[in-house]
Amino acid sequence: MTAVAMTTPQGWLLVAAVLLPFIGMMVGLVAGGRHAARVAAVVIIAGLAIAAVTVRAVLDAPQVYLLGGWAPPLGVALRADGLAAAMMAVVAVVIAGIALYARRDFATPPCSAEARAPLAFWLLLLAVWGSLNLVFVSGDLFTLYVGLELLTFAGVPLVCLDGRGETLRAALRYLLFALLGSLLYLLGAVLVYGAYATLDIAMLAQLVQPGVLSWTVLALMTVGLLAKTALFPLHIWLPPAHAGAPAAASAVLSALVVKGSWFLVVRLWFDAMPAVVTFSAAQLLGGLGAAAIVFGSIVALRQKRLKLLVAYSTIAQIGYLFLMFPLAFDVAAGTMLHGGALTGGLLQAASHATAKAGMFMAAGLIYAALGHDRIADLGGVARALPVTVLAFAVAGLALMGVLPSGAYLAKKLLLDAAASGGQWWWTAVLQGGAAFTAGYVVLVLTRALRAPPVPLQLATKVSRLSEFAALGLALLSMLLGFAAAGLPAGLISNPLAPKELLPTLLVVAGGFALAAALARRPLFGDGPWRRLTAAAGTGFENADALLRRWPTASLALIIFAAAFGWLLHTGTPA
Amino acid sequence: MTDALLYGLAACGLIGLGLYGLIANPAPLRKILAFNIMGGGVFLLAGAIARRGAGAGFGGDPVPQALLITGIVVAFSATALAVALVLRLNAVAGDTTLAEPPPANDD
Repeated sequence: MTAVAMTTPQGWLLVAAVLLPFIGMMVGLVAGGRHAARVAAVVIIAGLAIAAVTVRAVLDAPQVYLLGGWAPPLGVALRADGLAAAMMAVVAVVIAGIALYARRDFATPPCSAEARAPLAFWLLLLAVWGSLNLVFVSGDLFTLYVGLELLTFAGVPLVCLDGRGETLRAALRYLLFALLGSLLYLLGAVLVYGAYATLDIAMLAQLVQPGVLSWTVLALMTVGLLAKTALFPLHIWLPPAHAGAPAAASAVLSALVVKGSWFLVVRLWFDAMPAVVTFSAAQLLGGLGAAAIVFGSIVALRQKRLKLLVAYSTIAQIGYLFLMFPLAFDVAAGTMLHGGALTGGLLQAASHATAKAGMFMAAGLIYAALGHDRIADLGGVARALPVTVLAFAVAGLALMGVLPSGAYLAKKLLLDAAASGGQWWWTAVLQGGAAFTAGYVVLVLTRALRAPPVPLQLATKVSRLSEFAALGLALLSMLLGFAAAGLPAGLISNPLAPKELLPTLLVVAGGFALAAALARRPLFGDGPWRRLTAAAGTGFENADALLRRWPTASLALIIFAAAFGWLLHTGTPA
Repeated sequence: MTDALLYGLAACGLIGLGLYGLIANPAPLRKILAFNIMGGGVFLLAGAIARRGAGAGFGGDPVPQALLITGIVVAFSATALAVALVLRLNAVAGDTTLAEPPPANDD
């Protein structure tokens, strides 16, 4: 981000991108339940157009809009660089996919009474969209805070749309833990203003120097944002919140809402305070990501219910998003660099957003059709709902990073950064992580492909449109690799060459091994080894239950704040 | 001791109290109160920074004052949402504990 002190010709697009969803939300509120879905449809079509035009404009030059014509540090600037435009486009597409999926779940048929849940869903969907766009285009730390809080306030009610006690409890836990995180962020923002008299990101990038204050600020803000992103071990609120919500809401929460606070960490580390970051602090952030992949995937394998499995897989996938931080750190310059690693991380976010939305939708359709989502009793579902199971499989393959998915390209970019930066240990994490993802995908598919003991009775007929919306998003993630047109040649080679095929086969084989060793019910039969690995799996479950208790999680929050502060301090050359 | 320093120290005290309450109190209503105490500390800190950065002839720097007013609005909305959730939870489930019940589904 460079400081441009003027509104650019197409800067109004940024204002439109933020305001349009919020205007739609208010119009929908006034128009009432019967019309909210229609208002949302109109806003989504217009929003897609705005996102497309914004991407086109940003390809020429970054766009800036000064609110009221006041330049920073006194005024507030909205800015869209490539990072922001890419995220805006991804979010617009995923929102459109989710809206198609939700058309039947949250419809108000002509001759029925209006209900609260459909109205709330369509309004909150628009609110999440507007808040995310605000987060992407905000040029200063305080507007980012407001955007982040709006995102939380829109996300929390999505958790408890059905109003059951357990979802209300999950929503309250989510809200309270998120508020703790946002206060730490706000404290950081106030301290920054006290020291540098500006909150503008472009100005801070030039002003901020390593020192006690900037170390404290970066540590507090980072940890506060990690609590909102639910990076392991701060994932206290995520599993019940994401698994208990209706499928369309889960897709919004899992694919989009967690990306908001993740994007803020990116802004903070890459744009606002790149010179404060140290090698060891970036390693810690990446290390938490690696731990999240292993832990989230193993606990996912131990779940009895499909939606909880997908929620734990989100915890693992959030870990992936943080692997790019150590790889983007340039040791010689002592700063974070915009480069291949950041592009890889962004691509990872885009492919996860599309694939995870598709996966949650598929899980929701299976739940609706069977009337339950017990993984052990999924037999026969592949024959009853072929398109849905195909969507789940394609989303799973896309998450594993099979060619030509976006995750594959992202992995290539990150491996490239690891090799050129001499950080070989991240190569092992990147290659091994895919096997963990393969584990739970293989588990679900083997269960779904088995013949049922008794002929399957479907509880309801699922909507074709919903099935194809899920498949469409999954395919999009799978084909994102073709976006590679502008990347260095030679990054992608022949996918059928032994050098490329072998890792893919190893990943699948590793997935089978993990699923066989750790699944709740044996996949291939029992034995002494299987009992040992199953006991280890139970150990992971118990550790998860302990980590997700409130005192443990909040103490972890404080310990990691101190650890980040210490690593920023000791890592800075005197 | 300048008054900005005094306010700053009081802010630290409030933030510490609120943080302790948020971690240690199991009841959601007390957590909401603790959140407000901690928030109060952050706003007081913004006030102290505004006072310290005051230009000649001014009572304070207006930017942190604008921040803290916006912050209060956000904290108020958060409190309202949290209290509404607690009330609803109490009406539906009959208790307001945050602890998760043991998983209901069996193997």
